[in-house]
Amino acid sequence: MAKITYIEHGGQKHEIDVANGLTVMEGAVQNDIPGIDADCGGSMACATCHVYVKEDWFPKLPNKENGEDDMLDQAYEPKANSRLSCQITVSDELNGLVVHLPEKQV
Amino acid sequence: MIKTDALIIGAGPTGLFCAHQLGIIGLKCEIVDNLDKIGGQCIELYPDKPIYDIPAIPQCTGEELTNNLIEQIKPFNINFHLSDRVQEIKKEKENWRVKTLKGKEFLTPNIVIAGGVGSFEPRKFPTKSTDKFDGKTVLYSIKDKTIFKDKSVVIFGGGDSALDWAIELSKSSKVTLIHRRDEFRGAQSSVDKVKELQKNNKLEIFTKYSMKDVKGNGKLESVEIKDDDGNSKLISADYVLGFFGLIMQLGPILDWGLNIDKKTIPVNTETFETNKQGIFAIGDICTYPGKLKLILSGFHEGALAARGCFKYARPDEKLRFEFTTTSKAVQNRLGLKND
Ligand SMILES: Cc1cc2nc3c(=O)[nH]c(=O)nc-3n(C[C@H](O)[C@H](O)[C@H](O)COP(=O)(O)OP(=O)(O)OC[C@H]3O[C@@H](n4cnc5c(N)ncnc54)[C@H](O)[C@@H]3O)c2cc1C
Ligand code: FES
Repeated sequence: MAKITYIEHGGQKHEIDVANGLTVMEGAVQNDIPGIDADCGGSMACATCHVYVKEDWFPKLPNKENGEDDMLDQAYEPKANSRLSCQITVSDELNGLVVHLPEKQV
Repeated sequence: MIKTDALIIGAGPTGLFCAHQLGIIGLKCEIVDNLDKIGGQCIELYPDKPIYDIPAIPQCTGEELTNNLIEQIKPFNINFHLSDRVQEIKKEKENWRVKTLKGKEFLTPNIVIAGGVGSFEPRKFPTKSTDKFDGKTVLYSIKDKTIFKDKSVVIFGGGDSALDWAIELSKSSKVTLIHRRDEFRGAQSSVDKVKELQKNNKLEIFTKYSMKDVKGNGKLESVEIKDDDGNSKLISADYVLGFFGLIMQLGPILDWGLNIDKKTIPVNTETFETNKQGIFAIGDICTYPGKLKLILSGFHEGALAARGCFKYARPDEKLRFEFTTTSKAVQNRLGLKND
């Protein structure tokens, strides 16, 4: 289990306990956090689960999946700390992770 | 104006199989899809990926599934209206009058929405300033490449469309290619080609830059690009092209007075009718307790929605339950010769 903080573009914070094995995207969707669309259901085909990972956390996450950067090219305003939240699997090591949600997904 | 028993919105697997089921019970239908090809997500997002959970087909790719569905509905000679979007619907007595973006009109007692997660549309620049040039000098697809002759064209993107157009247009335009990172995801041969053109000063490339703003009073003059550290650069431009792939947007479907729950449409599971009489929703776009966003569920939903359409298309007839193996009537509809 990991405590993950999702911060909406407007600043609204959501602190959620997400079970190990779920993705950061699923943690958001299952808890009705606005700002993550996840149109393709986590199959890395839509880039609407895009998040900005808090700078100090970015290097600590497992590496990007093959093809994730290709998909991020198609996200809304990608930056250096962009990730697809459906490709980040939650584990104890992610306790305290903070992700910022983009202004919009599409 | 086209009269038909049912209009299907969406040529994904669900819409295609629903067309089959309509044909089996003797109803005519027309299919509209915003994509320029048939197959929905299967053909747009994963044509080469194998699917393992289509009943009785141990493995097939998105493209194979689509081709098989097209083959299966051949006997019914169904009309497809591709590269067009259903925009407006209006009730007229027993019928719905349906209008598309390109101005086609349909009159039908039944609309079957098999719209998936929405219609596929090009992803646009996030900047607002690009809006006022949209469709004129800021473009997301190319219909007539001659307009770029001897002009300055700034192309954004790192995939095949961006690379292919950069190569093509560099023959007769001043091309600048901009991509947000060093790596391009297009075919290696195209990547090599643009790098070679860059070496020979046939085009310019800026990587690790993205769109900041477009400038121009009435007429587009330049593009401002920025890197991750906030440094920016101004590039003169007559045209700006963006190739960021496709996104799925519910768009007009939201305006039809249908109940919507988190981008999906609630339906009754007997006929898959929505809160509006004669409008059905099937596949990824519908929701009900236990809904699975799987192709196999879409097939089942399409079969029941087709039966639901029958009572509005043939109010004076009774629908008979028949097997394809044994019914002469069904086999006639399939164009099979009976002895
Ligand atoms: C990478 C990936 C892998 C997948 N793997 C599997 C798998 O293994 N097994 C499985 O069962 N499912 C899988 N799926 C899910 C499956 O593809 C979908 O459930 C299925 O495509 C849904 O079909 P559909 O016909 O409902 O909608 P879609 O396939 O989304 O088609 C909808 C069509 O409607 C069109 N449309 C929408 N609105 C309009 C409008 N207003 N006017 C005109 N056209 C419109 C769209 O352009 C689109 O072409 C996968 C999905 C992805 C992305
Ligand atoms: S949910 Fe579609 S890419 Fe992550």
